[in-house]
Order: sequence, then C-alpha cells, then structure tokens
Amino acid sequence: MSARDSLVTRLRNLWNRRELLFSLIRSDIRIKYKNSALGIVWSMLTPSLFLAIYWLVFGEVLKNGIPNFVVYLFAGMIVWNMFNTSLSTATGVIVVRSGLVKKVSFPREILALANVGAATFYFFIQLGVFGAYLLLVQHSPDYAYFWLLPIAFLALYLFTAALAILMSAITVYMRDMEHFILIILQLWFFLSPVVYSYEHSIAPKLHVWGVAWLYFLNPITLIMLTFQRAFYVATTAPSTTQTVVVHGHTVPAILQILPSWPMSTYFYLDLALLGIMVTAFLLAEVLFGRLQGNFESEL
Amino acid sequence: MTTVIKVEGISKTFKIHHERHQSLKERMLHPRSGSTETFNALKDISFSVDTNETVGLVGHNGSGKSTLLKCICGVLQPTSGQIHIRGSLAALLELGAGFQPELSGRDNIFLYGAMLGFSKKMVEGIFDDVVDFSEIANFIDTQVKFYSSGMYVRLAFAVAVNVDPDILVVDEVLAVGDERFQAKCIDRIRSFQDEGRSILFVTHNADQVRAICDRAIVLDGGKMIADGPTHESLRIFREHLMDSAVEHDRSGLLASITIDSITTPSGSFDVRSGAGMHFDVNITSHGAYSGNFVMEIFTRKGLLISRSDAKGSPVNLTPGQNRVGIDLAQIPLLDGIYDVNIGVVDPRGNTVIAWREQAASIQVTYDGREGGLVELGAAIRQQ
Repeated sequence: MSARDSLVTRLRNLWNRRELLFSLIRSDIRIKYKNSALGIVWSMLTPSLFLAIYWLVFGEVLKNGIPNFVVYLFAGMIVWNMFNTSLSTATGVIVVRSGLVKKVSFPREILALANVGAATFYFFIQLGVFGAYLLLVQHSPDYAYFWLLPIAFLALYLFTAALAILMSAITVYMRDMEHFILIILQLWFFLSPVVYSYEHSIAPKLHVWGVAWLYFLNPITLIMLTFQRAFYVATTAPSTTQTVVVHGHTVPAILQILPSWPMSTYFYLDLALLGIMVTAFLLAEVLFGRLQGNFESEL
Repeated sequence: MTTVIKVEGISKTFKIHHERHQSLKERMLHPRSGSTETFNALKDISFSVDTNETVGLVGHNGSGKSTLLKCICGVLQPTSGQIHIRGSLAALLELGAGFQPELSGRDNIFLYGAMLGFSKKMVEGIFDDVVDFSEIANFIDTQVKFYSSGMYVRLAFAVAVNVDPDILVVDEVLAVGDERFQAKCIDRIRSFQDEGRSILFVTHNADQVRAICDRAIVLDGGKMIADGPTHESLRIFREHLMDSAVEHDRSGLLASITIDSITTPSGSFDVRSGAGMHFDVNITSHGAYSGNFVMEIFTRKGLLISRSDAKGSPVNLTPGQNRVGIDLAQIPLLDGIYDVNIGVVDPRGNTVIAWREQAASIQVTYDGREGGLVELGAAIRQQ
C-alpha cells in the first residue's frame, strides 16, 4: 500500500470488503432494535406516525388541497426517510466509531455506507408498508411508470451515499457538522415536495421569474416526482381520473399536482440525474481519500 | 522462503495540534492559527519478515512500535515509504476493538471475522473451533456487553487465530487472560510457527520475546536500533534502556556506578560441569552506595536458567574502585555457552542502578551422559 491509493484501487478495496459492509449493515439493524419490545416494527411505526402528523397538519389543518394526500405524502416520505436516516446517522459515524477506525484496517467509508445500507433496508420495509396501504385503500398506481423507479432509486442511493461519505469525513475535522446537519436536513425537507405540491404551489411563482430550474438543483426533487408519478397517479380511483386542460393539453387532473411531463421526459431527466450522481459518488470517494489521510491526528 | 512483510524506508510524521479548533466557530475565528508541531514517530524503518519466521518487535513505551504495527496493518498510512504484504494478515491490535457490545457472541464472531477481512463462509467453517477455543460455549448467545473482560478477550483471540491467517500480528495481547489461557495462546502461536506461518510479535516483555521469537527488532525513539538474533537484540535493548535511563536520571545516581568488567582468578571462563566458579566484579562508584546485586544466567537461545539476587544483604560500595565477589558453589549445567548478566538494583525499589548485559560468557564442558540443560545426578536402580 502506498501513501495514497488511486480511485480505482480504493473502489476495488471497497468491493473486496463487501462482506464487511453487509455484516455492518446487519449488526446496525440488529442493534437498533435489539432491546425494544416492538423491534423492527419501529422502523414502520415511526414513519407512519410522522406520516399521520403531516397528514393532519398539512392536509387537514392547513388544507393544502392535494386530493388523496396520504398516498402523495407516502410516496415522498419513503424517499425522504431514506435520505434523512442515512445522513443523520452517517454524519458522525467515523467520530463515534473512532475506536474502531484507529485499531482495525478497512476502507473507512464502509462505516458511512453501512448506515446508508441500513436506511436502504428500512426503505424497502416502508415500501412494503406503502404497497399494503395501497391495496387496502384500493389505489392502483400507474404501473406504466414503474420501470423508472429503479433508475430513480439508484440515483437516490448514490446521492445519499456520496453525501454520507463526505459528511462523515468532514465531521472528523468539524465536529459541529453533527448538529448542523440536523438543521440542514430540516430545511431540506421543506425544499423538497413532500408535504406540498411543486407544480401547484411552487412552479407558478418560480415561472414568473423564469427560474423554475432553481428548484431542481435539489436532486431529491426529481426522485420524489418520479416516485409520486408512479405511485400517486392512480389508474382506477375515480377522483383522480378526471381531466382538466393545462397549457392547451388535456391531462388528468392529478397532473396539476405533478408536472405534466410525458414519460420520456421523466426518463431522460432521471437518466441524466443518475449520470450526475455516479460522478458525485466518485468525487466523494476521491475527496474522502484525501480527507482520511489526516484522520489519525484528529480523532 | 518468501518474504511476507517487506517494509521499505517507512517514516511517519504526526501533526500535534496545540490548539485544536474543531468546531465551526473556532475554525472561522482562527482559520490558520493554533500552532502545530510535527512529531516523527518513525524514522526510515526498513526490514522484512519471511515465511516461517517469528519476529519480536521490542521497544519501551513511545518507541514507535505500535505506530509501526498500525502502518503494517494498514490502520495508519506512512508519511513516506512502502509496505508490501503477501498473504492474509490478522492483527490482534487491542483485542475486541471491533466488537459490538449489544450483539451476541455469535454475531460478533461473524462481525469480527469480516472486520479482519474473512468471508462469512470461512467464519462459518471455523465457528465451532472458535467457540471451543474461547471456552464460552454457554454464553455464545449472550450479548457481549455482559461478558467479563477475560471472556471478551478470549473470544477475540479465538477468532483471530482460527481464521487461519498467513501472518499473525500480536500486540501485547498475551498480558490478558488467566495463566492457563495465556499458555494456551502461546501453544497456539507455537503451532502457528510449526505450520510455517509468520508472526510479528510486539511487546515490551523481554521474557516473552525470548520464549517465542527467533529474531527481534528493537525500536527506540522511532528509529530501528537493532535487528538480529533475539539474544543479540535484547542485549542492545537493555543497554539502550540503561543509557536512556541515565540521560533522564535527575539524581545522577545512575551515572555514578558502572560495572567495568568481570574477571575470574584464573582469567578463564571455561568450567567443567559440576565444578564451582568464582567471579570478581569490578565496579567504579562515584559515591558511597548500598545496593543489591543481581545475576542472571541465560542459554544462548535466550532461556533464563537462573536469576539470583542478594536481597537482604546489600553490598556496600565505596567511592572509587570496588571489587565484589560472586561464588557459584556448583554449576550443574551441561555442555554449552551461557551468558551472564550482572546488575546493581536499588534495595528499596527495584530500580536498576547499573546493568551489564552479557558481562561474561561461560563455557561449560560436560562429559557425563545426561541430556538437557542441567545434571541432576539421577541414579536409577532396581529396588
């Protein structure tokens, strides 16, 4: 091993230690619910309670006017929870586990990736709960869009992983990040279309200034829109199959809540986002490689 | 024989922050302030370890041996230089550092195995051996946080030695566990040696190095001061310890007494087995001092045969030249060369005031028929 390994070497090391990654993910999940009576149920219960609160506050009290709001909220929340859980746990992970970092040799970013991995696991559990809910309320999603979901999810995973790796390294040098990230995440939540509709509440105002693209600087937005497009736009529920005329086109009424893009636009945008996120992940790896050189004098 | 560890010109420099600005506010207020000092923990170290070799890494606290070990294990990156490792390496740096207290012993075996870089399949294959070796079968499904510290360490050691690494790196771990378990660990290390694997063994316990290692490397202040056969390196290590103790001695006591030489009345150090021997120890003292004498006799392989001291009857040294006589009534040793170490120890504590490693070598000739180290004069007859 030389003083500084190349990106390719580091990615190969990462791949070679995937068993460790899975071990860490497993232990992460087990530890989290080890001594609680409800166990893994908490990973469904907590998001459900948040969902209920948001539904009550934004849907019922503030009346944001989104029909079938729970489904809309659910689609956005599962994306948000994955991102939020990953970042809030991974940011401090290298500092928290400094004992391990100083004693055992392994690619350090695995610690942050394990947190992202655990969040991914919860994501799929919540996705299962979401599916069960859709069956229960007999809301049939727009299956035609489902093939876009893996692309959007991969982009979400890479973006989350890139940020998690980077934040975990930065926190070693600036311990405030651990607290700061929580505030940033709060703000980020409201910059993403979870509890309100972009098309309905934000787009008209931004269009006046011609800066609608600003909102899409947040990569989470596009991922959420894809999930919402696939799950929220129902093919059966009568309330959502009514049509209205927008910009001279006849579109389902529900598309007023979501952008009225054709499927190909979603595809190209998601693909472009995926490309950007691959680059972002590699960049985060490079930066992490540079930052980890001085870990031992900071931990 | 192939080289499994090759260390080429390793240096490691640490930055020491005097003012640590780790919070955002402080970083903003003092963007570049806070004096940093560099500390050279390792200076241009080169050596290699072959298969079937057990190398001891000796040095007192702060000599850089742990830093060197961490570089070899890949925990630290050297500032300059290269390290090449062939084969799998299991490091016993601080046992159980990778354990998760909340998880059961079973889960931790897999987690620790993965941390050491071994696959789940492999760990499954050795699982029973690990449990067996660690002697905690009844508690394997108990959370590790309820383990005693001994159980904790036993489990960690059991994982590391059973994953079958090509190279085993052991850092001061034998200081833990009860005597029986220690003996078991040493046995395990021996069988490792027999299998032709390599071991890098770090300690400041010279006796353990003598017992296990063929070769020893001595570090002092980040520099390698010796690399050679165990007894040779340990001699340098002890002398060096003495020298640095003299440098740091405020009372000036240490520098005031020197063991100049050992002589015998005949001038010869040859002795027939069973005969007695008389040594004269010549000492220069700069003041009046009353201290205990210690004599150690070692085999060339580093086995301690005898350590005798004159506790309770200190020897009074007067300023100037002194001569102290040591009588050995009988030397029942068999053929061979034996090294004699002589020291003067403070009678109150055990501070070594003066030490002479390999002050003399005695050559014993034996024409009897017993084998081993000593003649016990066994007589066997029908009753």
